[in-house]
Amino acid sequence: MPVFNIIQAVNDALRIEMRRDSRVVVLGEDVGKFGGVFRATSGLFEEFGGERVIDTPLAEAGIIGTAIGMALYGLKPVPEIQFADFIYPAFDQIVNELAKFRYRSGGQYTAPVVIRTPYGGGIRGGHYHSQSPEAYFAHTPGLKVVIPSNPYDAKGLLLAAIRGEDPVIFMEPKRVYRAAKGEVPEGDYTVPIGEAKVVREGRQVTVLCYGAMVHTVIEAAEKVAADGFDPEIIDLRTLLPLDTEAVLTSVRKTGRAVIAHEAPKTCGYGAELAALIAERALMQLEAPIVRVTGFDTPFPYSLENEYLPSPERVAKAIRDTVRF
Amino acid sequence: MLSQDHPALAIDQILDEKGIADPARVPRVPPAEWVKMYQGMVRIRVMDERFMALQRQGRIGFYGEARGQEAAVIGTAAALGHEDWLVPALREAGAALYRGLPMRTFVAQLFGNANDVTLGHQMPCHPGTRAVRYVTMSSCVANQLPQAAGLAWAAKIKKDSVVAMGYMGDGATSAEDFHVALNFSGVLRLPVVWICQNNQWAISSPSTVQTASPSFAIKALAYGFEGVRVDGNDLLAIHAAARAAVDRARAGGGPTLIEAVTYRVGAHTSSDDPSRYRDERITEAWKAKDPIARFRNWLLQQGFIDVASDERLRADLDAEVRSAIAEEEQVGPPPNHSLIEHVYAEVPRTLEHQLRGE
Repeated sequence: MPVFNIIQAVNDALRIEMRRDSRVVVLGEDVGKFGGVFRATSGLFEEFGGERVIDTPLAEAGIIGTAIGMALYGLKPVPEIQFADFIYPAFDQIVNELAKFRYRSGGQYTAPVVIRTPYGGGIRGGHYHSQSPEAYFAHTPGLKVVIPSNPYDAKGLLLAAIRGEDPVIFMEPKRVYRAAKGEVPEGDYTVPIGEAKVVREGRQVTVLCYGAMVHTVIEAAEKVAADGFDPEIIDLRTLLPLDTEAVLTSVRKTGRAVIAHEAPKTCGYGAELAALIAERALMQLEAPIVRVTGFDTPFPYSLENEYLPSPERVAKAIRDTVRF
Repeated sequence: MLSQDHPALAIDQILDEKGIADPARVPRVPPAEWVKMYQGMVRIRVMDERFMALQRQGRIGFYGEARGQEAAVIGTAAALGHEDWLVPALREAGAALYRGLPMRTFVAQLFGNANDVTLGHQMPCHPGTRAVRYVTMSSCVANQLPQAAGLAWAAKIKKDSVVAMGYMGDGATSAEDFHVALNFSGVLRLPVVWICQNNQWAISSPSTVQTASPSFAIKALAYGFEGVRVDGNDLLAIHAAARAAVDRARAGGGPTLIEAVTYRVGAHTSSDDPSRYRDERITEAWKAKDPIARFRNWLLQQGFIDVASDERLRADLDAEVRSAIAEEEQVGPPPNHSLIEHVYAEVPRTLEHQLRGE
């Protein structure tokens, strides 16, 4: 089995699906001849030509708005927004149009667009190349929000997203784009959307995370395990729809929950997780729920490592929660 | 500067305000088609009268009439084939019916009842069915324009001989998505026709609030394609312009922006009172340029209709509207479960739980 990084896994998924389904088109800024600024669409232009791998004018609302029109027509567009930080010009198209087409037309019109976008910090990118805007989209009925943490899931989830009938915001953890390597089966397979994965089984505390933060949490777990702590790690993989049963089953077992994400704390996705646990597993809790998140500030440049939840911060949260 | 007789500046007219046309400039269209267009225009007028009254009586929640803009709606839509796409703004419902949307389907949407194919999910006057390739609109201004470009783009990718027509008002030309859509369509030479119904008012804002350009059509030139300005109350001129633009798009010649210069003689919607912000003497002057009266005079001169057939047409359309209202008003609301349907392809279990109060 080949070992891929996340970029290669995404690229492989796109190639497989473009070969399999002539309706699939890729569009965005610099995705064509150049193969994308992160190389995720590398080689696709050469194989599928400029009509299916399209360099667009530089306007996110146009990329998503036209992708919606293509999908209404019956194509399967997979637009790339170069950085999640630049998705906001398309926010209206995503929230008011893409997410609502099926509902507002009573199912007559659907727009199964899969928007790929690299997100997150840790690459010295400052405010505008580091954001984690997942909560905005997870608050929007009609969308699915998928965030893989590793190459295997990236390929399988992307294939599932493109084959699905609903619009998907597919957020790729760019900090670990190349660092996260793993065995990826050749050819076709899917990972179901809406299913979380237990990355590490444990008895004492459930740590909920997704995307690049999964790697931080694993590092933290290794630290605390050396001291005899036994955390369970859940990689959510999909934020919308959330695998509530996986979350609740684990928290009811461990009686403790730590939530880790890069985005700011207030109204971040962790707030939803905390509310879910409070609503449905309160009586099993042995300790307060703890969130380890970015600060409620714009994403900083010089002190980004202080902003991002570190393995040390996560490890402290695990220890404090277990000892509470 | 362009000369004043440039097509993007001069307002083209074939049919004058008395209903007299230069025969040499009348598009070659079979008489039955002209009559069908006339029916489409009168249907809008009849619908607007009935549905505005219905709203005033509190029987439907909202309505947006197209009174005075019937030629701009039908003259453009009539240039499309069945396989082409119509991407509307607020005032093109008459075009949906012209393309075959049943009156009862439209009226069911106004009531948001159990017969509504959109399950009462949107406020009234937001119709749309895939069957007539009339895209279900949102209420957001200009959002539909990049989507129209995308439909045209898909047709081009699939090498289908299909055209998309995207509508907007003059206010929409200020929006980001107008620029985005027209720019994409120009760069990619998409088979799309842009229809700007310049009815001179965006709720209370006159068109002078929207642009410093001498016309809206002129904006097309910056995007690398043709813009033409037409008397929007002249069915012959607007239809001639739309046919030329659709033909060009279908032949691979790229987009066209048509500015139909017209006037919103009614209110923005049933929620608006224009007497608070504009001089209604100007409105009265525009009523004298009524597109239906002009076209009717021409059809009578040509012998394509006569007074008796015209009266019959109006009576038939009125009966059709009244009957649809009578039928649909009796229908109850959509079932509760429809509240959670069509959010996704499959209803998520979480939504079933929420609906049950769990």
